Amino acid sequence: MATAQVVQTECFHCGQACEEVHWVNDKAFCCYGCQTVYEILAANNLCEYYQLENHPGISSRQVDEGIFAYLDKADIRQKLLTFDSKTFSKVTFQVPGIHCVSCVWLLENLQQMNRGILRSEVNFTRKSITIDFDPSAVALSKLVALLSSLGYTPQITLNTESNIVQPDALVSKLAIAGFCFGNVMLFSFPEYLGLNHSDPYLIRTFSILNFGLASLTFFYSGFGYLRSAGKSFSQKQINIDVPIAAGLLALFLRSSYDIVTTTGPGYLDSFTGLVFFLLIGRWFQSKTYETLAFDRDFKSYFPLAVQRLAYDQWVPTLIYDLKPNDSIQIRNMEIVPTDGTLINEEAFFDYSFVTGESRPALVKQGEKVYAGGRLIGQPVKLVVEKPTSQSHLTSLWNNPVFGKVNASKYKKIIDQSARVFTWIVLGIALLTAIYWQFTQPAQMWLVLTSVLMVACPCALALAAPFTYGSMMRVFGRAHFYLKNADVIERLAAVDAVVFDKTGTVTHGDKPNVAFVGHLTEKEMRAVKSLAGASTHPLSCLIAHSIKSISIDAISRFKEIPGKGIQGVIGDHFFQLGAAEFVGAPRVIDAEGSMVFVAIDNDVVGYFQVRTVVRKNIKEMISRLGKACDALLSGDVPSDADLMKKIFGTHPILMFNQTPHDKLDYIYNLQQNGKTVLMVGDGLNDSGALKQADVGITVTDNAGIFTPACDGILDGTQLDALDRFIRLAKASTSILKIAFVISFLYNAIALGFAITGNLTPLTAAILMPMSSISVVGFSSIAVNIVAKRKLKS
Amino acid sequence: MIFVVFLISVSMSIALVFLLAFYLSLKNGQYDDTHTPSIRMLFDNKPVKKEKSDSQISHLK
Repeated sequence: MATAQVVQTECFHCGQACEEVHWVNDKAFCCYGCQTVYEILAANNLCEYYQLENHPGISSRQVDEGIFAYLDKADIRQKLLTFDSKTFSKVTFQVPGIHCVSCVWLLENLQQMNRGILRSEVNFTRKSITIDFDPSAVALSKLVALLSSLGYTPQITLNTESNIVQPDALVSKLAIAGFCFGNVMLFSFPEYLGLNHSDPYLIRTFSILNFGLASLTFFYSGFGYLRSAGKSFSQKQINIDVPIAAGLLALFLRSSYDIVTTTGPGYLDSFTGLVFFLLIGRWFQSKTYETLAFDRDFKSYFPLAVQRLAYDQWVPTLIYDLKPNDSIQIRNMEIVPTDGTLINEEAFFDYSFVTGESRPALVKQGEKVYAGGRLIGQPVKLVVEKPTSQSHLTSLWNNPVFGKVNASKYKKIIDQSARVFTWIVLGIALLTAIYWQFTQPAQMWLVLTSVLMVACPCALALAAPFTYGSMMRVFGRAHFYLKNADVIERLAAVDAVVFDKTGTVTHGDKPNVAFVGHLTEKEMRAVKSLAGASTHPLSCLIAHSIKSISIDAISRFKEIPGKGIQGVIGDHFFQLGAAEFVGAPRVIDAEGSMVFVAIDNDVVGYFQVRTVVRKNIKEMISRLGKACDALLSGDVPSDADLMKKIFGTHPILMFNQTPHDKLDYIYNLQQNGKTVLMVGDGLNDSGALKQADVGITVTDNAGIFTPACDGILDGTQLDALDRFIRLAKASTSILKIAFVISFLYNAIALGFAITGNLTPLTAAILMPMSSISVVGFSSIAVNIVAKRKLKS
Repeated sequence: MIFVVFLISVSMSIALVFLLAFYLSLKNGQYDDTHTPSIRMLFDNKPVKKEKSDSQISHLK
């Protein structure tokens, strides 16, 4: 038996295999959307787009300009625009679609397409575009429609502030601290070289200069630590910033005292150095977060506005303004924003967003349509039942799980140890003070401040951001993007892994369709025409899989639900459906569904529709071993046998799971003392992702699909999941070693301080040494471990 | 000793000038986006051709 093979043509615009080829200027396009984009670009003399990269385009979904009409409402405009006047406006959009050189080129040449656009500038790292335009020449809605028609639909959210927090303040603090640190070191040179007493006048000058520089560091760069410590103090809590602030304060005040009373040069080099290193740690952290935008929540998947019927006219209305009994219109591929009743005869809604079931559900006239369903097919009218906030999907998201903030455990641990640390240090300081009070009362204050300043757990504060920060970078290079460093800590503790099926273990939207048997090309085309006439998911898959142009007219078309479809094409009677429908012997395919084809009541073969499992999943599951706990699928158990083969006997396989079931399952695991990692594909298991200690989304195009979760894993890297968990465990050990190192330094320095031998020189050597060695150790160790584990 | 003080004040003022320059460039947004300019320099500035048909033919070759 031969399997039908058709030569694939790649779309000139987006590079995807073409199903129905549209030819324009000798170039093939897979769909009308891609063709339109090309035509727009060709008409505007912008074809250089295609020379910078091969197939740079994004298939553009057809957009109706009316969708964006709400953007021209005054209150919405005001929220979006960063500057607005009669002839000049400025707006910044997040455009997740920006992915290559060509995108930047095209988006920065927008002014060639529309005279109203004055200038556009892309920030590639943030995936944002800033456009200056003339609002009298081009409306905001037109601007967005233009971007959208090119395939770069901006992500518009009104509730989140569009302006991204700039790390400017941190950088300038860092710059000042670095500047002061360098200069203070320079002025401390005579003292390092033992030239202290050569010229008292010069030493005095240096001290005063140092004091000036250190004050700048203290009041500008280091002030954040004091403020944070003060805040936590007023809440009667102790966080990591308290001992740091105490140390900084002790260092600075003691040094000032020394300088003012001319008893010594102070410890200002150590002080400025400390602030500098602490700020570098913060900067490093902020750098790692920059490329990841995780602030989307489920609301960003909802439409912002819908067409509402008001006085016989369709007007765009914000979904929050919808009232019960309003009539709204939903178009193809739009998401239903609120529960409603269908007015049209029937329609198909895809609820995969809510329930995880990938087959569209049929809704008849008068039946209820739930929020979150995506319309497939002709536009329909709905009557709104409830205002948005009360509907089905929102109630799922209003589950207490989503209300509570995942308190970061590692921060808690650090804060706890900081608390213990602070009390121990205070205890030691008190004992030392009492001892010195009785032996040498004159020295008491000096020793006390020395103890306080060397006890500052700055290396402790540095170790975590540097270890986890470098680990996040390593993960990022391996296409595993984490929300923040806390996730690594939680990932290390994971002892139960739960998988979602569709889109996670399997490729959600691309089942493998193969024809077994023989059909001529003409017959193949006829089958495509027949399958294309039905909305059944299997028919759609088959129609999609046949890559030829279908033009055949069908007569006497009939669809028998649950059995199959039939019709006359040309002179032949075609049947497509289950074995008993076409009269074929019943065969069961364990790995998928079979659709038989009969021509004039003769069975000529069958289509095999199989779920495509991602590569090397089985090996990964077996490496996970006992930790792999369950597979939760929202789908019907059609490929249960295939899943059994992959997962083996140990993990529990569960089908027909609603998002609530998934969430409950994970909750129960947690009640049994497990730390759960949930690997899912997006919103239909978002509840479970959020409930789990670590929720990871698997996606095939990062940056386009980023729901609320702890991390995004590139689909091709799923087979390395166990390695990532092991790496996370390794980084916790590295962190512990770094803690020990920093603790050793603190112990040694404390020894000097308690005995009253802490000279400025010892402090100048010990304190930066501890910071540098901790930072160096953790970054190098992480990279070595990562190299070893990710390659093996 | 006065020359040392003089030299120090000169060195400090030079260092301060550079610090100020850095600060101003930071405020001007020079460090906002360090990646896109590296892409932007790859684009050729082609002379804008008035006749569309002409340029289209050259692109389609």
